[in-house]
Order: sequence, then C-alpha cells, then structure tokens
Amino acid sequence: METYQIYSLTSAVLFVIGIGGVFISRHFIKKIIATIIMGGGVFLSFVSFADRDALAFADPVPHALVITGIVVAVASAAFALALARRIYQLTEEESFTNDK
Amino acid sequence: MTDLPISPYPALLVGLPILMATLSLFFRTRGEAIVGIIGSLLTAGLALIAFVEVTKMGTVIHILGGWEPPLGILLRMDPLASVFIGMTAVVGVFISLYAWRYFPAQEATNGRLPLFWPLWLFLWAGLNGLFLSNDLFNLFVTLEVIGISAVALAVLSGKSPALSAGLRYLLAAITGSMAYLFGVALIYGSTGTLDLKLLSQVLEPGTTTSFALLVITLGLMIKMAGFPFHFWLPPAHSSAPAPVSALLSALVVKGAFYILLRLWMEVFGVSLTYAAGQLIGLAGAIAVIWGSWQAFMQTRLKLIVAHSSVAQLGYLLMIFPLIILAPGVTADSADWLSPVWTAGIYQVLAHAFAKASFFLSAGIIIMALGHDRIESLRDLVGHMRITALAIGLAGVSLIGLPPSGGFMAKWMLLKGIFLSGQWWWAPVVLTGSLLSAGYIFMLLRLAFAPSREKAPFRPVPKKLEVYALLLALGSFLIVLPADSLVQFLESSEIFGSGIETILEGGINGND
Amino acid sequence: METTSFLPLLILISSLIPGILILLLREEQAVLRTFLNIFGAVAKVGLIAWVFAGYLRGEEYTFVFNLALDLTFTLRVDQLGLLFASLSSVLWLVTTLYAIGYLEGGQHRRRFFAFFSFCVTASTGIALSGNVLTFFIFYEFLTLSTYPLVVHRGTDKAVEAGRTYLWYTIGGGTVLFLGVVGLFVVAGPIYFGQTEIIAGLISEYTTQLTILFFLMLTGLAVKAAIFPLHGWLPVSMVAPAPVSALLHAVAVVKAGAFGIVRLVYDVYGIGIAEQMNFLSVLAVFAAFTIIYGSVRALFQDDFKKRLAFSTVSQLSYIALGVAIPGVLTSTGAIVHLVHQGIMKITMFFTAGNIAETYGYHKISQLNGIGRRMPLTMGAFTIAAFGMIGLPPVAGFISKWYLGLGAVEAGSYWVVFVLLVSSALNAAYFLPIVYRAWFCEPEQEVVSQLRSGRLETQALLLIPVVVTGLLSLAAGVFAATAGSPLSIAREIAEKLYLL
Repeated sequence: METYQIYSLTSAVLFVIGIGGVFISRHFIKKIIATIIMGGGVFLSFVSFADRDALAFADPVPHALVITGIVVAVASAAFALALARRIYQLTEEESFTNDK
Repeated sequence: MTDLPISPYPALLVGLPILMATLSLFFRTRGEAIVGIIGSLLTAGLALIAFVEVTKMGTVIHILGGWEPPLGILLRMDPLASVFIGMTAVVGVFISLYAWRYFPAQEATNGRLPLFWPLWLFLWAGLNGLFLSNDLFNLFVTLEVIGISAVALAVLSGKSPALSAGLRYLLAAITGSMAYLFGVALIYGSTGTLDLKLLSQVLEPGTTTSFALLVITLGLMIKMAGFPFHFWLPPAHSSAPAPVSALLSALVVKGAFYILLRLWMEVFGVSLTYAAGQLIGLAGAIAVIWGSWQAFMQTRLKLIVAHSSVAQLGYLLMIFPLIILAPGVTADSADWLSPVWTAGIYQVLAHAFAKASFFLSAGIIIMALGHDRIESLRDLVGHMRITALAIGLAGVSLIGLPPSGGFMAKWMLLKGIFLSGQWWWAPVVLTGSLLSAGYIFMLLRLAFAPSREKAPFRPVPKKLEVYALLLALGSFLIVLPADSLVQFLESSEIFGSGIETILEGGINGND
Repeated sequence: METTSFLPLLILISSLIPGILILLLREEQAVLRTFLNIFGAVAKVGLIAWVFAGYLRGEEYTFVFNLALDLTFTLRVDQLGLLFASLSSVLWLVTTLYAIGYLEGGQHRRRFFAFFSFCVTASTGIALSGNVLTFFIFYEFLTLSTYPLVVHRGTDKAVEAGRTYLWYTIGGGTVLFLGVVGLFVVAGPIYFGQTEIIAGLISEYTTQLTILFFLMLTGLAVKAAIFPLHGWLPVSMVAPAPVSALLHAVAVVKAGAFGIVRLVYDVYGIGIAEQMNFLSVLAVFAAFTIIYGSVRALFQDDFKKRLAFSTVSQLSYIALGVAIPGVLTSTGAIVHLVHQGIMKITMFFTAGNIAETYGYHKISQLNGIGRRMPLTMGAFTIAAFGMIGLPPVAGFISKWYLGLGAVEAGSYWVVFVLLVSSALNAAYFLPIVYRAWFCEPEQEVVSQLRSGRLETQALLLIPVVVTGLLSLAAGVFAATAGSPLSIAREIAEKLYLL
C-alpha cells in the first residue's frame, strides 16, 4: 500500500467519524469538534491526492486549496464556539434540547 | 475559456460590496447605515449595468490579478449567472431600503442592532462571487462566506432562541460545506482539475465520480434545506429580524441551488443516473407536501412563512429527476428540457420576490402588533390594507395562480413532468398547490374577519408597507419579460448548446 | 392573426384601470370613485359596441403577447365571446348603478368597487380569450377577485362562506390547471376554434384526451355549479345583493358555463365530443342538476337561497343544451347564457331591494309586497314567468329551442326533464308572485311603509326595471336581427357548417 493510499483511507475514516459525530452528539462542543474532524479528513484527502500521480514533485494546487480551507474552517469553528459560549451564558444550556 | 471577452464587472461585483462593507465597519450607528445603504445602491446599480453588458456581449470573464487558473481565479458571468445576480440586486435593493427604515423604527422596542449593513454587504459579495465562480473550490469559499455572514445576520438580535437556531444553522452549514468539499477533493483526485468547463469534458463515469456527486449533492441539499435536511431552516429563518429573514429565504438558499443546477446540468451530465434523479425528486416531493402541511399547522406567521420556504425549495429539487429520462426512453430533441429549467428559474425568481415580500410584511405586522400570532391578524384588511394586499399577492404567487411568476413555474414544471413521461410527480405539484392555498387563505380569511379588539394595530411607517408591496408585485411582473429571458438563457452554454452534449453524453439514464 | 389590435386589451383596461385607481383613492372620495366606476362601465359598453360593429363589418381584432416558449396570451374577438362580453358589460353597468345605491353609507366601499371592477375585467377577459391559456388565466383571476366580494360583510358567517367558496373554486381551478397543461403537452397551444387539432390527434391519444376532457370539464363544472360541485353557490348568498347578482347571473357561474361551451364547441369540437360519448355523461349530470336544483329550491324559505338553487338548476340548461348535439339545442344553450343572466339578475335585484327597503329576507314575509313595490315586483314577475318558460318572456325562447332540438335529436327524455323542471319552476316561483300580489300584508308591517314618491331609492329601482324590461324585450323581439337569439342562432349554424 502506498503512502497516499493510507492517507486517503485515513481521511475517509476521519470524515465518517466527523459526520457521525455531527448528527449523533447533542452537546454543542462535541458537535463543533465533530465538524473540525470532518474538516481534517477533507483536508487530508486533498493533500494525499497531491502525491497521486507519483510526480517528481508534489502538486502545489491542493496545498493552496487546503490552506484556504483551513482558514475558512478555523473561522467557522471560532464563530460556532462563540455562539455556543453566548448561548451558555444566556441560558446555561450546553446542548440542543429538542434535537431532531 | 480565456478567449471570451474580458470585463471588469465580475471583479467589481465582488469587490465593491466587500469594500463598502469594510468601510461601514469604521462608522457607528447612523454612519454605518448610510455607508451601507450607499453600498447597496451602488452594488445594485453595478449589477444592473453588468447584466445589460452580458445581454449585449454574451458571457464575459475576469481573471483576478492576471493570475491564470489553476492557481489564479477566473470569474465568469454567463446569462445564468447574470440572471441570479440581477435577481439578487433587485430583491436586495428593496430589502436594503426596507432595512434602512426598519431598524431605526425598531430601536425603540428592541434596541439597536449593529452590524446589519456590513454583514449584508459581505453576504452580497459572497452571493455574487458564488454566481460568478468558475471552479469547484471557489464555489466552496463563496459558500462559506455566505454561510458565515448569513448565520451572523440570523443571530443579530442576540436573543437565546435566535442564537440556538443560529448555531444549529451554522453547524448544518459547516457540515454541508465539508461534505461538498470532500466531493471536490475526490473530483480533483481523479481528474486533476476544478474548472467546471474542463470537468464537463474530462469527467468519466465511475465509482469515484458517482460517490463525489453523491456527497456534493448531499452537502448542497443540507445547505438548501432539502428534505430531510430542512430541520435547521424554520427556526433560523423565523427567529431573525424581518429583513434578515427575507434575505435568508429569498436569496441565501438559492446559492446552493445554483451550484446544484450548474453541476447537474453542466458538469455531471455523464454520471447522472435515473435513480439518482428520482431520489432527489422524491426528497423534493416530500418537502413540498411536508413543508406545506407544517406551514398549515403553524400558529405564528413567521413560522408559516419559513415552513413554506421548505415546500417551495422542494419544487426546486423536483426539477432534477425531470432532466434524466427513464432508461429506455429516448428523446430525439432537447425540447422537454426547456420547460424544466424554465420552471427552475421561475421558481427561484418567483419565490425570491414573493418570499422576501412575505417576510417583510411579517416584519411590519410584528412591528404593528408586537408579536406574530396569527389569530391577531383579524381585520388586517381594514387597518393595514397595503400589507394585506402584499400578503395576498405574494401568497397568490406562492400558490402558483395566474398570472404570477409562481404560476409560470408550476406550469412549466407540470409541462416538463408530462413531457418527460414522469407523470407521477403531477399529483405532488397539485397537492402542494392546494396545501399552500390552504395556509395562504387561512391568513386571508383572518385578515378579512371582524376584529375583536379596538385598533389592535399600531401605526407603522407607510414606506415599509410600500416596499413589501412592490416586491410582491415584482413576483407578477417577472412574467412579462419571460420570452426574452428564456431566449437570453438559451444563449448560454448550460441551457443552449450544452444540452446537446448532455444528450449525447447519455443523460438519458443509461443505468 | 397577423394584425394586432389593442382594442380587446382596451376593453379589459377600461375596468382594470378604474379598479386600480379606486384602490388608491381614499374611502371618503366617493364622488370621484363613483365617477370612475360609471366612466369605466360606460366606456366598456361603448368599446364593446364599437368592436361588435367592427366585427360585423368583417374586421378582426386580435391581441397577442408572447409570454415564454409557446405560452401565448391572446385576446381575440369572435361572436360567442362578443355575446358574453356584451352581456357582462351591460349587466355590469346596471349592477354598478345598483351597487352605488345599495352600498350607500356602507363600509369599505373602496375595496368593494375596486374588486368589483377586477371581477368584470376577469369576466370580459374570459369572454375575449383567444386560447385555452388565456382563458385559464382569467378564470383564476375571477376566483381571486370575487373572494373579497363574497367576504365583503366581514362577519364570521361571510368569512366562513368565503372559505367554502375558495375551497371549491381553487380545487376546481387546480383540476382545470392539470387538464390545461396536459392539453398543452398533447396538442400544443390550442386557439379557440381550431377543433381540427384534436380531431387529428384523437385516434392516437384517445385515453389521454378523454382524461383531459373530463379533468377540464370537472374544473369548469365547479363554477358552473353542476351537481355535485354546486355546494359553494348557496353558501355564498351571504354576500351583498349586487355581488350575488353579479356572481350568479354574470361573472362566476357564467364563466363556468361559458367555459363548457368553449371546451365542447371550440376546443374538442362537437363532432369529436359526440363521437367519444363525452356528451352523454355531461347530459346526465346536467339533467340531474336541473331537477335537483329545482327540488332544493322548493324547500327554501330564504329568498336568496331559493334564487341560488334556482340558479343551480337554470345553469344546467346551458350544459344540457351543449350536451345534446344539434343546431337548435346549441342555439338554446347559447341564448340561455344571456337570457338566464338577465332574468336572474332581475330577481336578485328584487331580493336586494326588498331586503334593503323593508329588511325582509324570507319568502313568508312577502305577503302583499307587490302593492308597496309594484315596479320591483312587476319586474320580478316578468323574470319569474320567464324562468318558468311562459311566452313571450326570454326564458320561453331558451326552453322552446332546447325542447325542439331535443325532439329533433330524438332525446325525448330531455323534453320530459324540461317539462318537470318547468313545473317545479312554477311551483317555487308562483307562490312568491302570488304572495306578493294577492295576499294581504300582515297588520304590523304596514307601519313600515316607505314614505316618499318612489317605492325605494331611484338607484335601486332603475336597474331592476331596466333588466326586467330587457328580459321581456329579449323574448318579444327575439326574431329581430341583433337580438341575442339571432346571434346565438348564427353562432350555432356556423358550428355545424364546419
């Protein structure tokens, strides 16, 4: 098994763990962490594909994309955490009560 | 691609709102609003100029900073993009004008809500960017810009129900984006390109492509609140301030639909299967019935309007099965596709105008009553006739009665349903119409009923009512230029010559 | 189709623009509002007369606006349309005068008159529609513009009636919508009169076209109040008298009946409809509705309710005439479109006058009313005789032609239906006439006698007298050129020549 395939598989596993966490857990922070794990999986898959064709050098485009993606993901996560904190301050709730 | 005429407008359409949004951050209170409204008017004006430019020159492009793709970003403004940009501009400018008067009038009861203007302009930049994007990754970035600013707008009031709905919305948005991005990674992994045009040529049917299409579609369905991922929409849309609800329902959800439309019709032609189409159509059909029924059961005006959005977005999903004929059924011409995408476009336009108007009217009613429980709408017709008329007109368009834009959409949808031979969708369309007639006329019935209290409605600025009415009228006026609009869209590759390649590429459902 | 004329559009605008302007006025601007109303009504009558004259000279008036793809908004003038448009516009003028008198001092008159104008715009639009799509647009527009009129009083009862009305009409509209789109897909955009299209397709798409015919017929039957889809009509009686008059004599019910006439004669063609046995189904339902409506009318003590069930019954004469092929029955059906309108509006005006002047709503209260309101009751008596079918009033002509045609077609059972129905008509109208003229008024109500020279306000009295005389004239002068009968006869003859 080549290195990039291991990365790819790992990324898929991470993505599935993340998406499961988002839908199953109710706690705000757990849900947010789950989205971060999803993101980790996605970014890993990008990077793993950079090595895909066994080029002499790594494809630079995925790296550029991943950097952008990470910035976006960090911003989203920060925003979500801020919201969760504010909700806690106002209502002392830590999770969705009437979750579907 | 790069031999298309180059124009500065695509860049300006994204840059100007960002600039004005940033500028407005430097001001406080009234200054922020002044910069904001100026920014809105300028952006709308620019959008209309760009729209006219595209009608004259055809598709135009802009290469940001002269950096060629794949590292650089190419913005492409084709007829489809310009119609969405134009719609955003017209609806956006009315919502801006409304917000300009709404927030000061609200201050007395709810206190000042800062940051509406910069967030709205960032949102606008995101929407324009999304419509102009030419590659899968850029679409992701704009989706995120839209998602974050939309959630920030939704929680403006800072009250706990809004925050809770906002967090739910944000988590759904992030999950949707990540699913979408995962699909993009797979596509990039198998093809080495993200360019939409290029992908439509090099993409080969296979497990990876199908899986990528699946996660991308699921991700976008979460974003556009397609059933069964609609759960986040009603609380988020109904707990936001009125102009924000209008923006979210009329424009934001359309962004994800736009990507879905582009990808299904322009890029993934080869790997679409009949079953996939039927599944997404089924999700749409359930959304139509379920959303309308839920709307019918609500007792608060904004929740009715929000659930109605779920149903109306369901109609949008119902166009996807129609572009893929059943196995064995072949079409010798693309005649049946024309009504299908016309239905999609008109559903988008009619819903944008009607739903924006509806939410703005709901805001007016909350301002007048202090709440939006519908039993208090009694004798609305006697006290606020302009708002009552606006609700009536917007409602007629949502039901799809002639001569509204909603009617045009339903007509074309039914026609596409019959022409593609998938008659089983027809009862859904009609049941949806009847159910929506149910909740709209429930409101009207109350509006005409005698009041039990004396003068229950506090006076509201008349201009607010007028803006809502104009938007409602807009959902009718869009029917008038239908002929030229369809021709204009047909001149684009996605609906015109592109369709022939889709036919050849096996969209006939070779599964 | 080459020449485009804005005249048909102008006919619509002549009531649409006043309606919009009235909506923008303030409630107190009664004089301006009245002026706009009457101006619009007179202009409409004048325009239609002008177009009619032009049409008789052989000119064609077509207005075409392409919406999208093959969706075309078309207004076109033909004889049948003109007949219906003339009926609508003349009766609208009369009803406008009546409504001004009737609602004097009432609330929300701005809204009332605005939607009143929209309503007649829709009904002339239906008359002048050149194709199925345009017809459907105005058909639905009519539903929407009449709703505020039905709930005008704003009482809980009115609002409840409005709900029933909407469920029936929107439901019917939805079924019609399905049929219309289906027809579009199968046969393309069909202009009225192009019966050869269906004739060419019928053998290939027999099942589809049959289903579509009955879908559209069901949709239209709701407004034409054919059993079992008539339920909305008696309930909507809570509306003010001018609305009932317009709804039941001209706009709504006639839109349904007119639609059935168009569907059979100008879309499918009488030949196909007969050949496919569509008509026998329609005939059975129509005949049943005629008897059913009359029987129900017999047991109503509420004056307007009795009139409403009578409408249910009378309307089906039109459907019955359409359903029995033949020149004479077609003439009868088309002419009854007009005759029933004039007679029934007279009756509703009467009911309105009595209710407005004396506050009586029940037939049992009408003893001796004829002595106090001789002109009103005189007009009513003429109309009642017409409904029963006594010569020389208009209704006799309709029944005569229907009966003759049925004999000619060999459908003797129709003659039987007509006779039974006439007997029932007599049974529920003659007691009213008898009470009004020959019963002694009860003692206590004599004190309520209206002082003054006229029996009621002039604006209420003139319309009823005018329409009463019209229903007499339509019968007496039926043989002269230009009478509804002669026009109907011409239309029918053209139908069977093709």
